[in-house]
Amino acid sequence: SFSLGPGAGQDVGRSCILVSIAGKNVMLDCGMHMGYNDDRRFPDFSYITQNGRLTDFLDCVIISHFHLDHCGALPYFSEMVGYDGPIYMTHPTKAICPILLEDYRKITVDKKGETNFFTSQMIKDCMKKVVAVHLHQTVQVDEELEIKAYYAGHVLGAAMFQIKVGCESVVYTGDYNMTPDRHLGAAWIDKCRPDLLISESTYATTIRDSKRCRERDFLKKVHETVERGGKVLIPVFALGRAQELCILLETFWERMNLKAPIYFSTGLTEKANHYYKLFITWTNQKIRKTFVQRNMFEFKHIKAFDRAYADNPGPMVVFATPGMLHAGQSLQIFRKWAGNEKNMVIMPGYCVQGTVGHKILSGQRKLEMEGRQILEVKMQVEYMSFSAHADAKGIMQLIRQAEPRNVLLVHGEAKKMEFLKQKIEQEFHVNCYMPANGETTTIFTNPSIPVDISLGLLKRETAIGLLPDAKKPKLMHGTLIMKDNSFRLVSPEQALKELGLAEHQLRFTCRVHIQDPRKEHETGLRVYNHLKAILKDYSVQHLPDGSITVESILIQATAHSEDQGTKVLLVSWTYQDEELGSYLTALLKKGLPQSTA
Amino acid sequence: MAAHLKKRVYEEFTKVVQQQHEELSAKKLRLAKPSKSAALHVDLCKAASPADALQHLLHFARRPVEVESVEGVVRILLEHYYKENDASVRLKIASLLGLLSKTAGFSPDCIMDDAINTLQNEKSHQVLAQLLDTLLVIGTKLTENPPVRMRLVEVACKHLTDSSHGVRNKCLQLIGCLGPVEKGVTKEVESQSAKDVQKIIGDHFNDQDPRVRTAAIKAMLQLHERGLKLQQAIYCQACKLLADDYEQVRSAAVQLIWVLSQLYPESIVPIPSSNEEIRLVDDAFGKICHMVSDGSWVVRVQAAKLLGSMQQVSSHFLEQTLDKKLMSDLRRKRTAHERAKELYSSGEFSSGRKWGDDAPKEEIDTGAVNLIESGACGAFVHGLEDEMYEVRIAAVEALCMLAQSSPSFAEKCLDFLVDMFNDEIEEVRLQSIHTMRKISNNITLREDQLDTVLAVLEDSSRDIREALHELLCCTNVSTKEGIHLALVELLKNLTKYPTDRESIWKCLKFLGSRHPTLVLPLVPELLSTHPFFDTPEPDMDDPAYIAVLVLIFNAAKSCPTMPALFSDHTFRHYAYLRDSLSHLVPPLRLPGRKLVSSPVSPSITPNEDPCQQFLHQSLERVYNLQHLDPQGVQELLEFTIRDLQRLGELQSELAGMADFTATYLQCQLLLIKALQEKLWNVAAPLYLKQNALASAAAKQILEETYKMEFMYSGVEGRQVVIIHHMRLQAKALQLIVTARTTRGAEPLFGMCEKFLQEVDSFQRCFISELPHMQGSFVDKLLDLMPRLVTSKPSEVVKILQTTLRQSTFLHLPLPEQLHRATATIIEPTGESDNPLRFTSGLVVALDVDATLEHVQDPQGTVKVQVLYPDGQAQLIHPKPADFRNPGPGRHRLITQVYLSHTAWTEPCQIEVRLLLAYNSNRSKAAKIPKSTWSDSMEALPPSENGIEGTIPFSKPVKVYIMPKPARR
Repeated sequence: SFSLGPGAGQDVGRSCILVSIAGKNVMLDCGMHMGYNDDRRFPDFSYITQNGRLTDFLDCVIISHFHLDHCGALPYFSEMVGYDGPIYMTHPTKAICPILLEDYRKITVDKKGETNFFTSQMIKDCMKKVVAVHLHQTVQVDEELEIKAYYAGHVLGAAMFQIKVGCESVVYTGDYNMTPDRHLGAAWIDKCRPDLLISESTYATTIRDSKRCRERDFLKKVHETVERGGKVLIPVFALGRAQELCILLETFWERMNLKAPIYFSTGLTEKANHYYKLFITWTNQKIRKTFVQRNMFEFKHIKAFDRAYADNPGPMVVFATPGMLHAGQSLQIFRKWAGNEKNMVIMPGYCVQGTVGHKILSGQRKLEMEGRQILEVKMQVEYMSFSAHADAKGIMQLIRQAEPRNVLLVHGEAKKMEFLKQKIEQEFHVNCYMPANGETTTIFTNPSIPVDISLGLLKRETAIGLLPDAKKPKLMHGTLIMKDNSFRLVSPEQALKELGLAEHQLRFTCRVHIQDPRKEHETGLRVYNHLKAILKDYSVQHLPDGSITVESILIQATAHSEDQGTKVLLVSWTYQDEELGSYLTALLKKGLPQSTA
Repeated sequence: MAAHLKKRVYEEFTKVVQQQHEELSAKKLRLAKPSKSAALHVDLCKAASPADALQHLLHFARRPVEVESVEGVVRILLEHYYKENDASVRLKIASLLGLLSKTAGFSPDCIMDDAINTLQNEKSHQVLAQLLDTLLVIGTKLTENPPVRMRLVEVACKHLTDSSHGVRNKCLQLIGCLGPVEKGVTKEVESQSAKDVQKIIGDHFNDQDPRVRTAAIKAMLQLHERGLKLQQAIYCQACKLLADDYEQVRSAAVQLIWVLSQLYPESIVPIPSSNEEIRLVDDAFGKICHMVSDGSWVVRVQAAKLLGSMQQVSSHFLEQTLDKKLMSDLRRKRTAHERAKELYSSGEFSSGRKWGDDAPKEEIDTGAVNLIESGACGAFVHGLEDEMYEVRIAAVEALCMLAQSSPSFAEKCLDFLVDMFNDEIEEVRLQSIHTMRKISNNITLREDQLDTVLAVLEDSSRDIREALHELLCCTNVSTKEGIHLALVELLKNLTKYPTDRESIWKCLKFLGSRHPTLVLPLVPELLSTHPFFDTPEPDMDDPAYIAVLVLIFNAAKSCPTMPALFSDHTFRHYAYLRDSLSHLVPPLRLPGRKLVSSPVSPSITPNEDPCQQFLHQSLERVYNLQHLDPQGVQELLEFTIRDLQRLGELQSELAGMADFTATYLQCQLLLIKALQEKLWNVAAPLYLKQNALASAAAKQILEETYKMEFMYSGVEGRQVVIIHHMRLQAKALQLIVTARTTRGAEPLFGMCEKFLQEVDSFQRCFISELPHMQGSFVDKLLDLMPRLVTSKPSEVVKILQTTLRQSTFLHLPLPEQLHRATATIIEPTGESDNPLRFTSGLVVALDVDATLEHVQDPQGTVKVQVLYPDGQAQLIHPKPADFRNPGPGRHRLITQVYLSHTAWTEPCQIEVRLLLAYNSNRSKAAKIPKSTWSDSMEALPPSENGIEGTIPFSKPVKVYIMPKPARR
């Protein structure tokens, strides 16, 4: 059985799931909520153990990918709350995760001046506890618990994890993407038939259009603007989509032989690009195949941005952070370029209410900036959504691939999940759960119990009857010995020997009365002929002493001591032959056919 | 005989004394052929350990065995097989048996019984499997023998219960390959064996081992291939296998389903969990569609490929494959395709500037949404978006095939194909462009689609652009804006990539002639004419202007009102272009002007092209004038050659023919000229100069005949005779000239002999054609042959001289189609002033890009030649993969040439050109039978790649290079 708690649930923002599987406790992701600035941003770890150390309780922690809502609370958890056990993540995640944590720490502590936050040293210490895993590598956490990572798309290094104890298993998807994009492939899992699949459900009620149209639109817009001599501003967050768009533009520039410069704001992104270059095996087919000639992340057309370039004449494309135009470089450039109708800004992602990004997307053309300054937006504003989560179809596809026995939806809105849950139950006929935050779900499994069997017995038993068939259960005779927490199936003889017992035979005997005036041996012959005619598949023998054997069952005909017209058939069988024996008796009780005379 | 041989060998070495009396008779044979089997036998007997024996066998397997001794060897191997305890050695023996039975010319029925017997006592599963494999080889060699096949199948059935997957695998394979296909025959042969092979194989669909399951399906497919009609009952079983855990099983099952759907397309199958029933082909189509989203890409490729060949599918199922209902937050959303279509039909241009114009509209009934359809829904949408490009290509191909058979589907899949033009992998883009071209008869492009298509014109890959031009050639455009857009984009393309000129002009030619009515309203704008003012005359050499004119003139051909809109200079330009680019500009009926080329008289039948007529007329003239005075003949020939050459330039479709005949006449002219010299009678050494002329003529004729034979495609046997005949004359001329210039008869002996040999071989090769060659040189020569053979060289020369003069001029019959092979080197352009610098001793790669037209088998014949300034020449054989075939008769060579040289002080130019290699006895060489198992193979000269000579067939291109001395 499993149980789950405490973070995530029906909420997009903070992932933290606790799974107990066959006595092992595993924490899946350790995210933080970006929307809060107080204690609520981290999961409540006291929920796990009221008193006692986390290390004793948890067997391991698994981080699916480097987004802060999946790993942001990790230093707090391991260093401040205290956890010394192993933390598992993939190599790219291990490489990029500390950069993001450090960046986040800087913003919170250095800019906002908060105290009681984790320090740089804590991030370093925390990362020392991390064990990196490869794709499809089975990692033995301890003797019973093993984990295995599968490719998940979404961002570089994102993985789905299979957690297995004995024959019970859980698959946790983290965030995943079932459609390939320009730099990453699609999530893939084998038919591992887990007892439970924990899936994200961000887009539970959406079926998305083909990516190609969006890409084409995006490229067309950029191309047209550049041809007109305009400047294009693309506000992005440093990691993930930014790289996808870079690849997209880079290849387009290459293909179309364009000359206009493309710039990328420096800093975090440069560092991240470096890792993208290194982890080529984690990218999509095209990049993997061509990197021998040229690493696609070694951009030919995309150069580092300098503040002074914004005033350069002529067309250019600039990627700048942050993505919602609320501060920093992207906002500065926006203010410079907003006045010219030839220019364009493309918002590649969602914008939170209150940001400049949100305002211009909702159609405001006059913005009030700080200092009562009015900025008139003449430049074109475009919205392009490039999301890397699986849509409803993708989620269903993954379920089809993995064939789980139960599904649990997390990381989504309750109302939307309800729809998907209903669909899953309808299509796959499996149970689907959607626990709320902090709620524990218990799922009962039918664990199969392995039993050791001696080869001799196995061979002997399979030799009887037809070939073993994978689809049908097969009946076996043997003795089950339960000893020292292990199960063994041995032959009766061996069991007796081991237990020092003598063998006893159990025989059933039955008398059947038949009206037959003839002599005993004639009756015997008639019975023999009758049985021979009916039991074609068995060996029926007529012995010289007048008795009949059917396999190992003995039948003897004797005259009734009182009435010579009645013959008594003595049927005797051992308990192993109970089935055949009772069948025979029933058969004989019906009497012999008259014609056999 | 071989059996005896074996026995003798066997006896000799095992020393079985009792049978010694047989030895005598066998001994003779042995002397005649020291057998390899004997050596093998000795080796095997001597082998101390299994490992040793294995070594001997391995060594033995590397050497060929003659057909006669195969059986003997087999017997020896079998003998050892029974004695051998080690399974690995037995395995090797079993595999050798199979190898030996494959020997050509050997009939393995004599060893079959032994092979079957070996199965009986074998315990090792591996050896058993190998033995079955051997039986399979034997069986496939004896397919004509039903009892043998029956027996083998029975043996296989017996071993089907083996516990090892390998054995079961082989058994199934054997049954698949040899199982009876015709039911009637089976019963006659043996009533008991009438058990159904299909059932036996079908039982193993549920085997516990996936490999056996795969083998069972493959065996079933094999039976189908051999012509057995599979039962429909298998369909359900096969459907279950689609959900197998193993990809190879699924992949094979998909194939099986496809086969069944083709066999029983119209059968009705029930839909599970409902009472409805559908056609089997539709059901199968739905199931295969489902596999397009399988977990394994191998299966996905397989499924996508097979979809294309399911032509009988109902149209609504077909259209579902492109269907994908979008939704957002449970509200129905329109796809970008639908939006584009709507914008188009509402007459608005796609703005794309509004945020949220893709905002979801109506609410969706949650119950009605089907997330994983069991049907065909969106199969292609998934396939085209797949992660692996192999799947995407397969999907595009399938789309193409389905669209070709269904116009309505073609219309629907257009949007998706257009989307594929932006795929990240060039191969996929190219494939989808080609696909679109193939289905273009069925479709008309909407403006927004055209827009996307045209955007690809800026692609930096020449392949893509050219494919796109080809596509535009046969596209239907719906509006005049579309035409305008296409023209603008093509002109943009022209300025960006000037090398595309020809391709773009050709494209516009077709675009114009396909859409005359759409071009008509654009004419004033395109020619920038003004109703009141005269506009400046555009530059005639501007490729862009020419492009516009090509479009307009081709449209004007079927639109008589158009010329009224032309201004004066347009007419002048027309005349100029009609002459200079006659293949792009059609003849127009212009007001006040007569058609330029010839007066159109109604008497001429339309299929009789005046140019063709002219060609034939001039040839007739030449052939008829047999007995004109020599001067007159020469002049006439000269005129005719000039005419033909000009004709070739003007009429591209006749160019091959005209050039061919011109070359022939040129040869004849040279021959006449050489023979006309009056100085033949004078003592030779005094007239060296004159001799030089004659020998040069002979040489040139030889060259020209090789060109005629190998540079033209479509040359038939009759032409080849004439060409060879001409060559023979040239050789005769050469002989005469040599005879007159050399002193002493010794060298002449050899030459005469060689010449007579050639005459002889000519006679042998073309014996059937000789009756047509009355009065020709060779005809006369053959009459004189008995005299020639016996006479002295000097006499031979004299006879030749007179025969050559008296012989008549042969008619050259023209074939239907004749094309001259041409090549144009596109890259390097030869215009660069920057030398290619590299360190001497190292190599530099030079990219060569060339188009070849009408070259047959370019992989074998086209070579690249590099000429260095020091006279050094280098011949490079491009790899077969470097040739692409963009269209019929056209090839494209894209290759890299490696250059290297010692250091130079100055940069200097090297020449790169393409050569056509030929080998006049290539056809003869191919006829030599290859002896496979013979040891004498090495003795044969490698005649395969013998190149007799080369013909340059492209203009040389100069490349500036500079090898620098290496720095130390």
